[in-house]
Amino acid sequence: MATIAHTEHLRDQSDPIVKIVELRKSFGDLEVLKSVNLDVYPGQVVVILGRSGSGKSTMLRCINHLEKPSGGAVLVNGEVVGYRLKGEKLHELRPNEIARQRAATGMVFQSFNLFPHLTVLENLLEAPCRVLRRSPNEVRDEAMKLLTSVGLAEKANVYPSTLSGGQQQRVAIARALVMKPSVMLFDEPTSALDPELVGEVLEVMKELARSGMTMIVVTHEIGFARGVADEVVFMAEGRVAEQGPPSQVIDNPQAEATKTFLRSLNERRDTPVQ
Amino acid sequence: MESAKAKTHPQHTPSNALSATSALTADQQTLARETVPLRHHGRTVAAVFLLLVVANLVHSMVTNQNFQWPTVWHYLFFPDIMAGLGRTLILTVVSMTMAIVLGILLAACRLSGNKVLQAVAGAYLWFFRGTPLLIQLIFLYNLSALYPRLGIGVPFGGPELIGGSTNSVLSLWTVALVGLALHESAYMAEIVRGGLLSVPKHQTEAAAALGMNNLMAFRRIILPQALRVIVPPTGNQVIGMLKYSSLVSVIALPDLLYSAQMIYTQTFETIPLLIVVSFWYLLCTSILTVFQQRIERYYGRGVAGHQSTTPARGRILGLGVPRKRVRTTLSSTTAEEG
Repeated sequence: MATIAHTEHLRDQSDPIVKIVELRKSFGDLEVLKSVNLDVYPGQVVVILGRSGSGKSTMLRCINHLEKPSGGAVLVNGEVVGYRLKGEKLHELRPNEIARQRAATGMVFQSFNLFPHLTVLENLLEAPCRVLRRSPNEVRDEAMKLLTSVGLAEKANVYPSTLSGGQQQRVAIARALVMKPSVMLFDEPTSALDPELVGEVLEVMKELARSGMTMIVVTHEIGFARGVADEVVFMAEGRVAEQGPPSQVIDNPQAEATKTFLRSLNERRDTPVQ
Repeated sequence: MESAKAKTHPQHTPSNALSATSALTADQQTLARETVPLRHHGRTVAAVFLLLVVANLVHSMVTNQNFQWPTVWHYLFFPDIMAGLGRTLILTVVSMTMAIVLGILLAACRLSGNKVLQAVAGAYLWFFRGTPLLIQLIFLYNLSALYPRLGIGVPFGGPELIGGSTNSVLSLWTVALVGLALHESAYMAEIVRGGLLSVPKHQTEAAAALGMNNLMAFRRIILPQALRVIVPPTGNQVIGMLKYSSLVSVIALPDLLYSAQMIYTQTFETIPLLIVVSFWYLLCTSILTVFQQRIERYYGRGVAGHQSTTPARGRILGLGVPRKRVRTTLSSTTAEEG
């Protein structure tokens, strides 16, 4: 109950950091997002659940314009992503302007996507020094602090290929954080990891949530959703099927799709390990 | 062999099944023994045989008077040969540089979203890869027969702004350099394209998500990774170009080979002069190979299984590194590959 109060308190105070309005996205004939509406407030941790193919990742990728919406709009910090409102129409932005907008969102991918030709520290320095044109010396201190906070300070000068999946993902989180984004997007951050490495990444994410970072997390980790999320969004067939605090959506689901999904997860968990 | 082994290792066959404990310790004793690697007798025989063949070959080459070693020595540093070698190196370096620049542009056209650019680049590749270099060189050499004047002006027969007669615009050197570069650029375009496509799309996305613009992502993230794939075949192309450049002898540009030919058509010392030419080609390709290996190592950094997992910025040519250090890096290649 404390989390709900916490969230509602935030809602009363401020405008949403991310506002998704009537978002639609089609790939050819396939309509992945039919109509999505979602508000994310500063400091909120929103976990998106749903079957694969329900449009979770597509929605997340629309927030930083890695996917171009077919309709509707996404606003980050009150600014329409990828477009400029001019008169009655939304005019598409130039690539450089979109790049500037993206600097405000951090993204963590399922497959880590560290830059293999750069050392861990260089991975962290690249964007702040090039995109924000900050001095490398200044950024280096912050980068080292972040690496310490994800427990990888001693790996600063090695190449990513020498790290485990869990370590790579923690570096990827630090790489996104060093840009000081106003919201962090996580696209199934633990799905590519060996089971024993999932915990260390979730621990870093929990710590980040505690620090007050606004987070939108697409995941299958129900435990994380229950323990950390302020809001759980269940998506089905390109729409938000159900939305609310974890105590409601996970423990007392109303929508049929949510019930079926959670039941199938429980069955999988109850299956004895061979 | 089998029986001999059985005699030396009697523990292999447990003599008494009832004494389980003693059998176990016996087994442990057996397994704790030194292992004897398998001897590859066939390989040893082949190696000895080959050594004999090579020794015989070297002996025959040294003792055979027909090789005319004194003549070889006489022409090895002959001024005409040296000048020819210089021309060959200039042809290789300049035409290869032009080809790489042109190749990158062609690859960019092929990968662009614009259908016209794709088609034009495709047609270019089709022509320059589809016809022999020899023909392209002669064609270019005789371009004045098709177009007596070359210049830049208003298209479709409008007035000319700058220009001149084809033969004055296309000097012998221009024909050779442009001819080699046009042909080579078609191959370079495919090498560059393959390299760029080898970098996973996720890398572009990760760069974009961090707010990098397209140029920044290309220069800092995509290109350095593509170069790992582009460099090895490009090295081959440079080595190839060093030798193919000898085709310019058809337009009478005195490169290394043509300089030698001009001498032996008069003195009939064909074999010694070809040995001289081969020596210089081999020396140049050997040096290029060493450079190629170093550049490959530089661009392979950070790749799993690759020897360099520690940062190695700015050491392509071993510049700024003490000489001793360079030598260890060079000699350690084979050791670290194992």
